[in-house]
Amino acid sequence: METLEQIKASLETSVPGVKLEIIPNESPSGQRSLLVDNAHGVAVAKFLRDDPQLRLDYCSNVTGVDWLDTVLKEKVKAKQLVEGVEKEVEQQIETKRAGYLEAVYHLYSMALKHGPVIIRLRTENRSDKNHLPSLTPVWRGAEFQEREIFDLYGVIFDGHPDLRRILMWDGYVDHPMRKDYVEPDDYDYEPTPHDEVLEKVKQRQPAEAKP
Amino acid sequence: MPMDEGLRSELSKQGIFTTQLSDLYNWGRKNSVWPLQFGLACCAIEMIATTMARYDLARFGAEVFRPSPRQADLMIVAGTVTKKMAPQVVRLYNQMPEPKYVIAMGACAISGGPFKQGYNVLKGIDRFIPVDVHIPGCPPRPEALIHAFMTLQNKIDAQKLTGPGRPRHLDPDAPSEFPVPQFGEHDLVPPNNPALWQAPKLVRTE
Repeated sequence: METLEQIKASLETSVPGVKLEIIPNESPSGQRSLLVDNAHGVAVAKFLRDDPQLRLDYCSNVTGVDWLDTVLKEKVKAKQLVEGVEKEVEQQIETKRAGYLEAVYHLYSMALKHGPVIIRLRTENRSDKNHLPSLTPVWRGAEFQEREIFDLYGVIFDGHPDLRRILMWDGYVDHPMRKDYVEPDDYDYEPTPHDEVLEKVKQRQPAEAKP
Repeated sequence: MPMDEGLRSELSKQGIFTTQLSDLYNWGRKNSVWPLQFGLACCAIEMIATTMARYDLARFGAEVFRPSPRQADLMIVAGTVTKKMAPQVVRLYNQMPEPKYVIAMGACAISGGPFKQGYNVLKGIDRFIPVDVHIPGCPPRPEALIHAFMTLQNKIDAQKLTGPGRPRHLDPDAPSEFPVPQFGEHDLVPPNNPALWQAPKLVRTE
């Protein structure tokens, strides 16, 4: 199979105006992925499916990820004059990153027996601009998994044929897999609390003195 | 008026069988409990194994699993009850005719189990319907279900037909149906049936 750089290059020639970025992965798997801009999401997906070299005809998995607002810390070595002598000093650069929601697609080729190629789509933010293009018209198998991401993360997939909640009931308003989800307070009976549950029980019911 | 045990024993040695109406009635009831064919998760697999040849629940008169609640006496809540499923479980229970019993099978059905803090898991079906026998285990072995079944039979056998504590179907004031919870915006409404379940008082010392 082509490397991710080759795929990126061929995408850039055949989908004009596409913005792609290779996301590194520092874990032992080293499985890198391709960040695709939302405007060209469907065109990129169609290319990946139809290109005779790739033929990624099988979307095995669609995952939602919730990224909160964070401060990224990066250590940079810089040369600095200290008491007239030039020395290397480590500096920490902090950059604020606004949160976003993400959908990750794992693509394989059943015809050519290769894969996975991983593409990511990111929303602009976590609140009002939470739209992504649906890839269900390209891979039919993504339908239920996109519905699940809509249900649990609140990502709205434009172009999805049947975007409804799938696990929670209609009329439910929360998105329970979001990291800032507040669950209903039903910690009224916890016989063996520990860790987070213990903290919640302590708030509800202060400890009584030892008999 | 209970009969003298010694006299009964003497009579039975002479080939005369004596009994009471309540004994006969309960004997009939306890040996023909038809469970509802109803499983929710992995515990249902153990429930199926219990009914098959190796463990053979038919020895206890409970081999006829009914696919309709209207013909069933016993609901075995076998598996995780999600909040989305809970109203349907209560509705099925309401459609069963009296006398009816409930066995909550496995850690999930009795308390939420390993999924207790999950956003969509009910913390025990006893919050909405009255449970007669709870079985711990994840999942309980078929022997445990058989033990629960025998416990239920003993419970039926010990019931008196009159007076306080008589079975619900002989008490016109006892409720036979329980309110079905509604789907709310964040949780089930109400989150439990306070007439049926109240949080046991825990004293935390620390």
